[in-house]
Amino acid sequence: MAAESETKQPQERIGVYVCHCGSNIAGTVDVAEVARWAGEELKDDGVVVSRDYKFMCSSLGQEMIQKDIVEQGLTRVVVAACSPHLHEATFRNACARAGMNPYLCELVSIREQCSWVHTDKAKATEKSKAILAGGVLRVARDTPLEPMRVPIHPDVLVVGGGVTGIQAALELANGGKHVYLVEKDSTLGGHMAQLDKTFPTLDCSACILTPRMVSAGNHPNITLLTWSEVTGVSGYVGNFTITIRKKARFVREDLCNGCGVCTEKCPKKVVDDGFEAGLGYRKAVYTAFPQAVPKYPVIDVENCTYFIKGTCKACEKFCPTGAIDFNQEDEILTVPVGNIILATGYQTFDARRIPQYGYGRLANVFTSMEFERLSNAAGPTGGKVTLRDGKTTPKTVGIIHCVGSRDKKYNEYCSAICCMQSLKFAHVVKERTGAQVYEFYIDMRTPGKSYDEFYLRNLEEGVLFVRGRVAEVTDVARLPGEEGKLIIQAEDSLIGKQRRIPVDMVILSTGLEPRDDAKEVAKLFGISCSADGWYIERHVKLEPISTMTEGVFIAGCVVGPKDIPASVAQGSAVAARVYQYIQQGEISLEPYRATINAEECSGCRICNDLCPFNAISYHEEEQVSEVNPALCQGCGTCVSACPAGAITGWGFSDEQILAQIEGLMAVRS
Amino acid sequence: MSDPLDGKTFEPVIIGFTCNWCSYRAADMAGMARMKYPPNIRLVRVMCSGRLDPTFIFKAFASGADGVMVTGCHPGDCHYIEQNYKLMRRFILMQRTLEQMGIEPGRLKLTWASAAEGAKFSEEVTNMVEEVRRLGPLNWPSAETMDEWMAKEPSIETEERP
Repeated sequence: MAAESETKQPQERIGVYVCHCGSNIAGTVDVAEVARWAGEELKDDGVVVSRDYKFMCSSLGQEMIQKDIVEQGLTRVVVAACSPHLHEATFRNACARAGMNPYLCELVSIREQCSWVHTDKAKATEKSKAILAGGVLRVARDTPLEPMRVPIHPDVLVVGGGVTGIQAALELANGGKHVYLVEKDSTLGGHMAQLDKTFPTLDCSACILTPRMVSAGNHPNITLLTWSEVTGVSGYVGNFTITIRKKARFVREDLCNGCGVCTEKCPKKVVDDGFEAGLGYRKAVYTAFPQAVPKYPVIDVENCTYFIKGTCKACEKFCPTGAIDFNQEDEILTVPVGNIILATGYQTFDARRIPQYGYGRLANVFTSMEFERLSNAAGPTGGKVTLRDGKTTPKTVGIIHCVGSRDKKYNEYCSAICCMQSLKFAHVVKERTGAQVYEFYIDMRTPGKSYDEFYLRNLEEGVLFVRGRVAEVTDVARLPGEEGKLIIQAEDSLIGKQRRIPVDMVILSTGLEPRDDAKEVAKLFGISCSADGWYIERHVKLEPISTMTEGVFIAGCVVGPKDIPASVAQGSAVAARVYQYIQQGEISLEPYRATINAEECSGCRICNDLCPFNAISYHEEEQVSEVNPALCQGCGTCVSACPAGAITGWGFSDEQILAQIEGLMAVRS
Repeated sequence: MSDPLDGKTFEPVIIGFTCNWCSYRAADMAGMARMKYPPNIRLVRVMCSGRLDPTFIFKAFASGADGVMVTGCHPGDCHYIEQNYKLMRRFILMQRTLEQMGIEPGRLKLTWASAAEGAKFSEEVTNMVEEVRRLGPLNWPSAETMDEWMAKEPSIETEERP
């Protein structure tokens, strides 16, 4: 079966290696037969060696290939094994070590695309032969390529000033790297700053977080940009240009000393839907909370009397340093960075979406974030656990798990933190009020250091656990003793009965969700979201903080729900990865770029407008177009559009792809 | 007329084009999750669906494929910003051209699959295989048969009128 293409290269010496992958491939594909077939039937296409081996990626497997390259004088290698996304680099590096250009090695997937998805051994074997033939015909048309080396700008952009972003920024800054830490809100801290206690140690959230916030705020290597948003990203790994909109605070940071007189004098009081989760009030000029970093307040334009009516200016009058500036405008900053870390976090599930739980309708149904503020010593009640009236202490409290999680109607995933958060609430309620606490759970999930011990502690403290999904929370009394109470109707799946439990207070342990703008942000940075909306890691286990886009990294809850220790660990991990790139000084990029053969270019300029990266420029004098390899990302759209066939897409040339199609079609029963 | 299939079920061969960032990863994901789909599809990886040259599709049909499946990132999710939109434009042209050549529209299909949509990928492949199976073999003349035909002397047979 010789290729019919006219552009046939001089005969190559091709080595074929078919992997068993234990039984992963060999269980469904007759691997030995595939190797035998390739050795006999693809002889005319240049195959001189064809072997199968149990684990091609093992060092013995790699050495086998290297030995053949040297001893048999192989010029090309095709490995039929797993996905190139997994082991392409492994085999290319192995070939390079034996002196071969790594881009003359192809990995074709007979595992993910064949053995794992098919059951009929004869058909899977036939398909494997076809896939392999495609690879053999393609590899003969491969050209030696050199990876592009691009310098890495040492500065880093960290988006998101929650605990993950702070951790990443501090790790890098302490290592001497300059970080732009961009936070949408007026202060660092994120959700963690709102929490009262942290499980399972019950240490105060603010006490452990605020020193970190201060370090990040004061660090000479961190440019802190709060009340700011990234509006533009251009460039590529090593050389990004970031546009940041620093929103007007209407308070001059160079003059403000954070004394707080403006807030004190401001006559306008508004419900604080942000930091206090709607339970408390703030002024129209405010800092989110006393330990906010930076200390400078912001003026809330929508509520400020001056911005509404044109009069007031009380803050300006009383400011001792003259820092209030009603004419301040948004500032647009442009900064060059080499790497980007996204730690933009999550939002909590909106409990109003489950109307039968009564949140927003029944006063004494609270969300988890509301309870955090309620129990916080710095919160609206000074840490006193009360009903919505701010006075009455509850005698019985029901805590409902999995609100918005593990539910096909809302989110199918487990939010990971709700069980532990609920246990923490139970402990706090018991400690502060002595109330009877019921926990309504589906499964108790406590897989963390000292987590299950905390569950046992709650059991010992007398918290009552009801295993079952809550159907409804209602204030309609049906039975004696239910009057004036909230009744939780739930199935107790351990005794197989429906139960009605009257309580004074209900806490909904709301799950975590991707932020509303997660998709937009992903698009801005050129990365992808899962169906749920969490950002997709390059490899779920081995590359948990990398994305498919070079130079853009993810960490913390933006990847998926996780607790504080896991978020902090990812913050450090992502910093280590970025630090590694910076230290290398430059990075190798796949040489999949387009080039235009000036002799064949007719100067029609069709390609010019097709490139979204402005990589193609037109030379008026010579009347030809040219690709700037530094800007080209290698998508190949121009290659397929060129009417003169003057553009070559290296690594994915017409010859390679057409030959591969021919190979794929060469085997048919 | 004799049955070319000789009583066997017709097993179509479909060439699938996948982009490196979304649909190829969807195929990988289907594999990792061991989702099953028929073995009638054979995949070609390109960096972006925008790389799809109409020639590739004609080549697939000319090499004996009974169907061609083109896949890429969802509109708006392209790794290269917007190149899948450029594929969309070409796709419509290719579909029209193929129709004019007498190829049923069901033999060329465009599907979006994100890196997370392994299930969708396997489902779409299954549906397409069944659809092409219903359409039957394409039987496009191969390059060799074309050569044979071209080499033949043109002859017009005339019938004697009674």
